[in-house]
Amino acid sequence: MITRGFHGKRKTTNPERLPPGQYFTNDFPVLSAGPAPRVNIADWTFELLAEDGAAIRQWSWKEFQALGASDITADIHCVTHWSKFDTHWRGISVERIFEAAGIAAPPAPFVMAFCDGGYTTDIPVQDLLNGKAMIAWQYDGEPLTAEHGGPARLLIPHLYFWKSAKWIRGLRFMETDEPGFWEALGYHSYGDPWREQRYQGD
Amino acid sequence: MAIPGVSSGTRVTRDFRPGAWQIARVVATWNETNRARSIAFEVDDWPGHLAGQHVDIRLTAADGYTAERSYSIASPPEDPRIVLTVGRLEDGEVSEFLNDELREQDAIEMRGPIGGAFTWSALQAAKPLLLFAGGSGVVPLMAMLRHRRLAGSSIKAQLVYSARSLAEIIYRRELDVMAAHDPNFDLITVLTRIQPADWTGPSKRIDRSFVAQVLSRFDRPVDAYVCGPASFVETVSSLVLELSETGSAIRTERFGPTGP
Repeated sequence: MITRGFHGKRKTTNPERLPPGQYFTNDFPVLSAGPAPRVNIADWTFELLAEDGAAIRQWSWKEFQALGASDITADIHCVTHWSKFDTHWRGISVERIFEAAGIAAPPAPFVMAFCDGGYTTDIPVQDLLNGKAMIAWQYDGEPLTAEHGGPARLLIPHLYFWKSAKWIRGLRFMETDEPGFWEALGYHSYGDPWREQRYQGD
Repeated sequence: MAIPGVSSGTRVTRDFRPGAWQIARVVATWNETNRARSIAFEVDDWPGHLAGQHVDIRLTAADGYTAERSYSIASPPEDPRIVLTVGRLEDGEVSEFLNDELREQDAIEMRGPIGGAFTWSALQAAKPLLLFAGGSGVVPLMAMLRHRRLAGSSIKAQLVYSARSLAEIIYRRELDVMAAHDPNFDLITVLTRIQPADWTGPSKRIDRSFVAQVLSRFDRPVDAYVCGPASFVETVSSLVLELSETGSAIRTERFGPTGP
């Protein structure tokens, strides 16, 4: 359906990097359902949990950082239509975390990321491996601000950015793909921006 | 023992799936301020919505170029039309089109309603309603207040509306009338940059003592909603989180750019 009178303004020199329904921004908008949680780094832990909640492995902030860091530069795409190119992150890759926990093969096909403040999101384990995801604590060379999910957030740039869970505290393995916070409210279980999977049924 | 990552609350039973793209026809437009315009649409198969939800719209140019954006619904569920109030963003391709070009009998594509977290229903409300609006963040909160009025609710409600000047206050007359006629609704307007000569209201950015003062008007936990630019929401919501009574719920929705 052609919209009478609409011509549009192409803002980026790389339109092929924009998934359908997205627009390019130099800004870094903040969206969340509630206020940024207050986090005391002395009490912070990252955990890998089995489906029943049993701890597989737990790290304190210092232990976690000592596991080794790597860098990702990626385009990110928010379901609210903005995209940002070439964002720089530093953190620890998820496969390095699994390696440090002695997990050779993931015990289940899905995880639920869980966070301070109660946020959750579900992800297939395969989408976290092979350099596709990290737990990030630095954005653009600076410590991640609370607004943007600090002290640490999940970063999984090939999916819509609601999957890059802010204030993350761990991953719980799951046999089935249970819906997390936004997924239970109608957002897509997987969330591939290139197939425009914004909402359930897309 | 609660397992992290497993919801211990009741499962959402309402189906929040937004559904397919539909044609939305413009039936009326009017200016709210010189920087905001309201547009009323008719959508044939609109499934209904909750106050606070939003829609996605899609515009298609003749060469196939498309632009999609999200907009909060200003109209309450009781209104058969879908009303959007859109602000004018500098150099915004969609906001320019919606403000300057779109007219009655035009049609765009619309999809929704979207969003199940930032909603309020008078029928399910048990706590007093505390709303903080920064600039155009007032739009979804206005849907809540309009719904509250049409539902005949006597739940205590407070709107704190912060804008740079009186000229930028959207729905000003409607809010004044609501405050004058409803003993359970109170309005505080904060003008942070330009105030009229006879202004006696607050004139600086919301701070801790202001939030404490507002919260002191409630003797029990509240349902708080904060909407506006990211910095406004960050400041206000963290103050409300810190100062409100245990058992209060705080929901946020952020608009627009974070930087200059």
